[in-house]
Amino acid sequence: MSPKGDGAARPAAPGPQAAVPGIPGTGAPAYPAAADPHPAAPDAQSVSASDTAPTGADAAAPVQGAPVQDRPAASGAGVRLDRRASDEGGGGGDDYTLQAPDPRVAPEPHAAVCVACRAGRVDDDGYCENCGHAQPRERDHMEQERGPVAAVSDRGLRHHRNEDAFAVGTTTLPDGSPVSVAVVCDGVSSATRPDEASLAASRAANASLLDALPRGTHPQQAMHEAILAASEAVNALADEQGVEAREHAPQQNAPACTIVAAVVTAGLLVVGWVGDSRTYWIPVDRSAPAARLTEDDSWAAQMVAAGLMGEAEAYADHRAHAITGWLGADAYELEPHTAAFKPDRPGVVVVCTDGLWNYAESADEMAEAVPADAAERPLHAARVLVGHALDGGGHDNVTVALVPFPAVPQGAGSA
Amino acid sequence: MAIFSKSNVPRFSVDVYQNEYLPEGGRLVNAVVTVTATGGGTIGSAVAAPHLYSPGEGPSAAVVLMVDCSGSMDHPPTKMRNARDATAAAIDTLRDGVHFAVVAGTHLAREVYPGDGRLAVAGPDTREQAKQALRKLGAGGGTAIGTWLRRADRLLASADVAIRHGILLTDGRNEHESPEDLKAALDACAGRFTCDARGVGTDWEVKEVTAIASGLLGTADIVADPGGLAADFTRMMETAMGKEVADVSLRLWTPAGATVTFVKQVAPTVEELTDRRTEAGPRAGDYPLGSWGDESRDYHLCVEVPPAAVGREMLAARVSLVIPHPGGASRSTAAGGGGGSVQNLGAQGLVRAVWTDDLAASTSINPQVAHYTGQAELAEVIQEGLDLRKVGDMDGATAKLGRAVQLASASGNADTAKLLAKVVDVVDAATGTVRLKTKVEEADEMTLETRSTKTVRVKK
Repeated sequence: MSPKGDGAARPAAPGPQAAVPGIPGTGAPAYPAAADPHPAAPDAQSVSASDTAPTGADAAAPVQGAPVQDRPAASGAGVRLDRRASDEGGGGGDDYTLQAPDPRVAPEPHAAVCVACRAGRVDDDGYCENCGHAQPRERDHMEQERGPVAAVSDRGLRHHRNEDAFAVGTTTLPDGSPVSVAVVCDGVSSATRPDEASLAASRAANASLLDALPRGTHPQQAMHEAILAASEAVNALADEQGVEAREHAPQQNAPACTIVAAVVTAGLLVVGWVGDSRTYWIPVDRSAPAARLTEDDSWAAQMVAAGLMGEAEAYADHRAHAITGWLGADAYELEPHTAAFKPDRPGVVVVCTDGLWNYAESADEMAEAVPADAAERPLHAARVLVGHALDGGGHDNVTVALVPFPAVPQGAGSA
Repeated sequence: MAIFSKSNVPRFSVDVYQNEYLPEGGRLVNAVVTVTATGGGTIGSAVAAPHLYSPGEGPSAAVVLMVDCSGSMDHPPTKMRNARDATAAAIDTLRDGVHFAVVAGTHLAREVYPGDGRLAVAGPDTREQAKQALRKLGAGGGTAIGTWLRRADRLLASADVAIRHGILLTDGRNEHESPEDLKAALDACAGRFTCDARGVGTDWEVKEVTAIASGLLGTADIVADPGGLAADFTRMMETAMGKEVADVSLRLWTPAGATVTFVKQVAPTVEELTDRRTEAGPRAGDYPLGSWGDESRDYHLCVEVPPAAVGREMLAARVSLVIPHPGGASRSTAAGGGGGSVQNLGAQGLVRAVWTDDLAASTSINPQVAHYTGQAELAEVIQEGLDLRKVGDMDGATAKLGRAVQLASASGNADTAKLLAKVVDVVDAATGTVRLKTKVEEADEMTLETRSTKTVRVKK
């Protein structure tokens, strides 16, 4: 829902960031560092995730979160490719490519009675023939559960349509170990057709991940490619916008949205994002610190990162929520941020739009809002989190996906 | 010139321009609706070459020409001659196969051609006979326009045709019947045929002529110099011959609890339609739009809806186009919209209301709505300014006409700005500072008043 930032207001590119906000600098952090989201930074080259990722057994050891290089293609040798995609993983992708319902192919039943006045029938355009009220759309409230992953999206209380979208899925890596995927997108409301942008992006990224992971692509590489695939899907929307439409309304922006995604395996957690949608790490044992895993592409975040403003000052500015990165044909150079982590204990990954984190901004606040049994009952927890945002005012569309870590084999998930 | 591929029934489209966002508690929904009729791919200038229609190819039509033959038409004598020439030019412009008649108008109506309550069918012979009959036209008698219209209605009703149209020329005031008689005649004829009205010279009453055109959904204009009549009549007949479908209505559905604040045509001229509604089923009403060729007109709607909570969306109006009495065979004068078959022309537009707490969204005014609000005010202040000037309120007239100059200048309505400049001295158009001219040609003042409702479209 954030407006696009004015390119001219974009501050100087911040230097490489390492720290995850909300994590104490010393002590025994389970989660000491995020990967450098900027590919330009030379790789810190500590533990290669791929060395240990497929074997989750050693997770008991407090492995430090491993900053993995942004594009692990070069070190991809560590990923086993002993099974071909068609042997095992191929089917998984197909099953989960079309999760978010498309409101256009599922119109309201013709004889439906208006939910507002309960007197009129609903016409072909989705309005009541008596009182004129628009009827609830499929996307006003969406819920989905795939194995251990769950997501809920809601229109909120102040917006007339839901421009958020999500896609979730599960599949298996070539070694047979489970992997969970969640993608959340937030349409840029100042652009045209933001709802279509978020839907296209979430579907494309999810499909890309569910296709690449079973083939043995390193999760971080797969994440990078998924964001590029999502970007192409959104760009394609601008292309299909007719020449006539563009001439009629040349001032209108190309469709655009944010993206945030998480891939969870038995031992590895990879996040990727563009824009101001976020992921949080919430450990099951709440005595361990929670952490925010993403760094917003927003005006405020950039001001803080560049050292030009304090956090309080930056977030109080009216430009604070202007985003400086997005998917869309009019985006500046696309910089997909990815980061990989090796949590040393079980937890749950919160993947969400600003409609939620506006009401639980810090990692501690988010941890407080996440129910204690979130890893066991992710759908229930996602509903609770959406309720938290609605109770707070529901000023924006709210979308949250919960992905328990570590990923567990299908069927053994919920207890 | 490829008119042969042209379909006789135009295709209609409806485009809605609005800011659908309302603030919390907001009720008024404004929208500009553009209705466009296109006849199958040929350019609009097709109407300028009607002789390219072969018989039967154009829509069936009937036209009655009503020519003022009152005594004043002889002063100066050229006026009667010019009127005859203009009528002859209009007859030459008739498409072959079109039914027509000529009525000489005085305090009564006399059928000059073909006579006996009949209509002639246009062809080389009938055109020649009609022009012969025109030569015998002389001036003498009074003026009772209502009788001319009733005669035209009777003649037009005798033909089973798609398009019925009248062309009326007068040079004087409607002195030989009461205003109520004329009003009654207009009401009786409304919806039965369309009529263009022209005033020649400067001795006629602007409000009478514009009321005829307005009531019968035609155009009004002044032809101050009788020498310009022939060209004007030719143009009028060309436009009439370009009409392809008659009796189109704008059907407006509004939700329960809503009221239609106004409906008006705002381009090419301002025409109030609010009070011409005919009920058409639950929460729907029809507003007459007259007959259409290849053309585009704009309408400004304002609907008051019951407010809903922030985040809610409502359909504030559904606009569609219908022909309430397709075929036109059994037409009634009174409201007949309820029963019988209705031909829906397919196109529709949705006017929405969305309540938001985003002030930037709810306070912005759609450019089309803003523009036509200004154009409607322009027509109004010209009328008010001229009325005040007539009763001697020079300060009031200066204020109103100053505002008119400001609006015309800001909206790019150059034609109206030029007409205003003949009535006032413009000191500063941007601020609307003007001085009334001490001496104003009567023709200039009447031209301004007659054309005050002409608008321009939004600059894109």
